[in-house]
Amino acid sequence: MTAKPATGITSLLKTAFINALIALVLFSLMVGIRTEAGPDGQLTYWTRFGELASLVGAVFGGSIVIELLRQWIGPTSAEKLVPPAVQSGMSFIGRYLAPALLIFTVLVPVIFYDQRYILDLAILVLTYVMLGWGLNVVVGLAGLLDLGYVAFYAVGAYSYGLLATNFGWSFWICLPLAGILAAFWGVLLGFPVLRLRGDYLAIVTLAFGEIIRLVIINWQELTGGPNGVSGIPRPSFFGIPLDNSDEGLAARLGIEYSPTHRIVFLFYLILALALLTNWVTIRLRRLPIGRAWEALREDEVACRALGINTTTTKLTAFATGAMFGGFAGAFFATRQGFISPESFTFQESALVLAIVVLGGMGSQLGVALAALAMIGGFELFRGLETYRMLVFGMSMVLIMIWRPRGLIGHRAPTVYLAKAEAISSDLVKEGHG
Amino acid sequence: MDYFAQQLINGLVLGSIYGLIAIGYTMVYGIVGMINFAHGDVFMIGGFIALITFVILISLGLTAIPVILLVVLLVSMAITALYGWTIERIAYRPLRHSFRLAPMLSAIGMSFVLTNYSQVAQGARVKPIPPFITGGYTLHESADGFVIQLSNIQIMVVVTTIVLLAIFTWLVSRTRLGRDMRACEQDQTMAALLGVNVDRTISMTFVIGAALAAVAGLMYLLYYGLVDFFMGFVAGIKAFTAAVLGGIGSLPGAMLGGLAIGLIETFWSAYFSVEYKDVAAFSILIVVLIFMPTGLLGRPEVEKV
Repeated sequence: MTAKPATGITSLLKTAFINALIALVLFSLMVGIRTEAGPDGQLTYWTRFGELASLVGAVFGGSIVIELLRQWIGPTSAEKLVPPAVQSGMSFIGRYLAPALLIFTVLVPVIFYDQRYILDLAILVLTYVMLGWGLNVVVGLAGLLDLGYVAFYAVGAYSYGLLATNFGWSFWICLPLAGILAAFWGVLLGFPVLRLRGDYLAIVTLAFGEIIRLVIINWQELTGGPNGVSGIPRPSFFGIPLDNSDEGLAARLGIEYSPTHRIVFLFYLILALALLTNWVTIRLRRLPIGRAWEALREDEVACRALGINTTTTKLTAFATGAMFGGFAGAFFATRQGFISPESFTFQESALVLAIVVLGGMGSQLGVALAALAMIGGFELFRGLETYRMLVFGMSMVLIMIWRPRGLIGHRAPTVYLAKAEAISSDLVKEGHG
Repeated sequence: MDYFAQQLINGLVLGSIYGLIAIGYTMVYGIVGMINFAHGDVFMIGGFIALITFVILISLGLTAIPVILLVVLLVSMAITALYGWTIERIAYRPLRHSFRLAPMLSAIGMSFVLTNYSQVAQGARVKPIPPFITGGYTLHESADGFVIQLSNIQIMVVVTTIVLLAIFTWLVSRTRLGRDMRACEQDQTMAALLGVNVDRTISMTFVIGAALAAVAGLMYLLYYGLVDFFMGFVAGIKAFTAAVLGGIGSLPGAMLGGLAIGLIETFWSAYFSVEYKDVAAFSILIVVLIFMPTGLLGRPEVEKV
C-alpha cells in the first residue's frame, strides 16, 4: 500500500505495520464479528478473533514480501514499448500458436473421448471463446464499452428456448432466428446510445442488460419467470436425432449408441460456431466497415472529419456483436436444456468483458487464451463456491494494475502503407464510445 | 390525494438515501473522471458495519437510543471511510494515468471483491434488526380512514440528509480542502503546480464519499430494518442514475437527482407495478442520457480534439 520505495529494514517493518493496522481496522467488525439471524428473527453474534488475527498477520507478511519484491525487481516503468526482439518472437509464436491450438482443439474429443468432464469443460470454454470473440467486435474493434452483453446472450437463449418449446421448431431454424433477433435488439440498444461516450455508454448498456433480465423475471406468462424454461429440445444432427431410438444417428450408422455422441456433436457445433465468429470477424476487418470500426476506436472526431458515417458504423458493430451473442445463447439453451434468468446476470457480462480485456482487446488469439485461462481458473476454484467470485474480482483488479493492456498487449494495424509495423497498444487511445 | 401525499413522503425519504450515495459518485466523477463502480458496495459495507456495531452495543447493555445512534454513526462513518481510502489506494491510484477503461474495469473487480467479501465474512442471509426508532405523527386522517403517517425514522432520515448536505456544501465552498477539490476538478496538473497535493485531495474525496455512503447505509438499515450483501449493486446503479440525472459533477444536482429517482420509483410502485420499479429507474437513466446528457444542473461537456 505504499508508494515510496522504502529502503531500510526499519521503514520496511514500519510500512508493514501500518498496513497491518489498516487491515485490523478494516476487518475488525466485518471479520472479527459474525452476525447471524436466529430462528425467531433475533440477531445473534459470535467473535472470530482467530480469523481476524490470521488475516492481519497475512497482510503484515504480504506487505513485507511485496516490498522486498519491489526492491529486488527495482523500479519499473509502467508504460513501455514492446522491444523489437520480443515483437518478432511474439509474431513468430503467434503465427504457429494459433494453428497448433486449432489442431489440438479439433482433436480434443478424440483424445479425451472417455473423459466426460473434460469434454464438458471444453464446451464451456469454447462457449466463452465465442462470446469473447463476439464482444471483441464491439469492445476490441469498435471501442464501444458494452457492460450488458449478456442481454444478447439471453435474447438468443430465450428465442430458441421459447420457439422450440412453444412451436416445436428445430434448432437449425431457430439458430439464425436467434441471431437475427439478438442483432435486432443490438440495433435497438445501439440507436439511443449512439451519442454517448465512454463511461456513459458503459452504464447504459449495463442498465439495458439489467432491464432485459428483470423483464424476463417478471414477464411470467411468456418466460416462466424465475422458474425459467425447461424441456428445451436437444439439437439433432441436421434432422437426425442423437438418441437411442431406431431413428437415431447411432442406429442408422449401425454403431453402438453412447451418450458421448451428443457431447462430441455439441463440441463440434460450438467449435464451428466459434470459428464462424472468428472467420467473419477477420473478414470484416478487411472490409471498409471493419476499418471504420478500428478508426472509430482510435478517434471518433477524426472519423467524422473523414466522412465516416459513425451512426451506421456503431450500429453494425452492435448488431454484429449481438448476433454472435445470440448464436451463443441459442447454443447455451440447447446444451443445457433449461434456461433461467439466473444464467444471465451482470456477473456473466463482466466475465466476458474480463476475457476480452485480458485478451488484449482486438486480438483474436488473446481472447481465446484468456477464455481458457479464465474458465480454467474458475474450474480450479469450483470447490470454493463463495470464494470463487472473490478471487475473480481480485484477479480483475490485479490484472488491471499489472497489465492494463491485457496478456497480448500489442496489435498490428490491419492497414499499413509500406510494411507492416506492429505498434504497441500503449501508443494508441482506447474506446471513445 | 391522501395516498399521493403518503407516497410523496415515502419517495422523499428514499430519495434522500439515494442522494447521499449519489454525492459519492458525482464527486469522484468530477475529480478523477471515472465511475466508481464499487461505490454501491461501499454503501453496503457501511450498512453492515452499522448493523454489527448495533448488535455489539446492544449486547453491551446500552439502552439510550441517541447514544447508540451517535456511536453507530461515527463508527460506521470512520470504518467505511477507511474502506473508501483503501480502495482508492489499491485499485485506482496505480491506474490513474493508465488508459481510460482500466480504472473502470478495476472498479468492477473491486465491486465483486466487496460483495463477495461480505458474503464470505457475514453469510448470505438477510440480516434484520429490530425497529429502534418507533412512533411518528399522524398528519391527516381522511373520512374513509386513510391515514398519512410521518414516522420518526422518516423525519430522522430527511433531517440527517439536510444537515449533512449543509456541512458538505460548506466544506466544498468554504474550506481549504474544498478549494483543492475544485481546483483538481478543473485541472490536476495546474493544481499540482500551484501546490495542491493532488493525491491527498483525491484520497479525501474518496474518504468523504465513503463516509456519506456509510450514513446512507445506516439510514437504509434503520428505515428498512435489514441489510444483505447484494443490496449495493442495485442501489449503486440507481444512485448513479441520480447523479447523471442531476448532472454529473454537480453536488446539488446529485441530491436533486436522488430525490427525483426516489419519487419516481415510489410513485411507479404505488400506481403501476412494484415488479417493474427497477426497470422504470433504469429506463429513466437511458432516457435522460439520450435527451439530456448533461443532466439537470450539469455543465455541457466540450469535446476536445
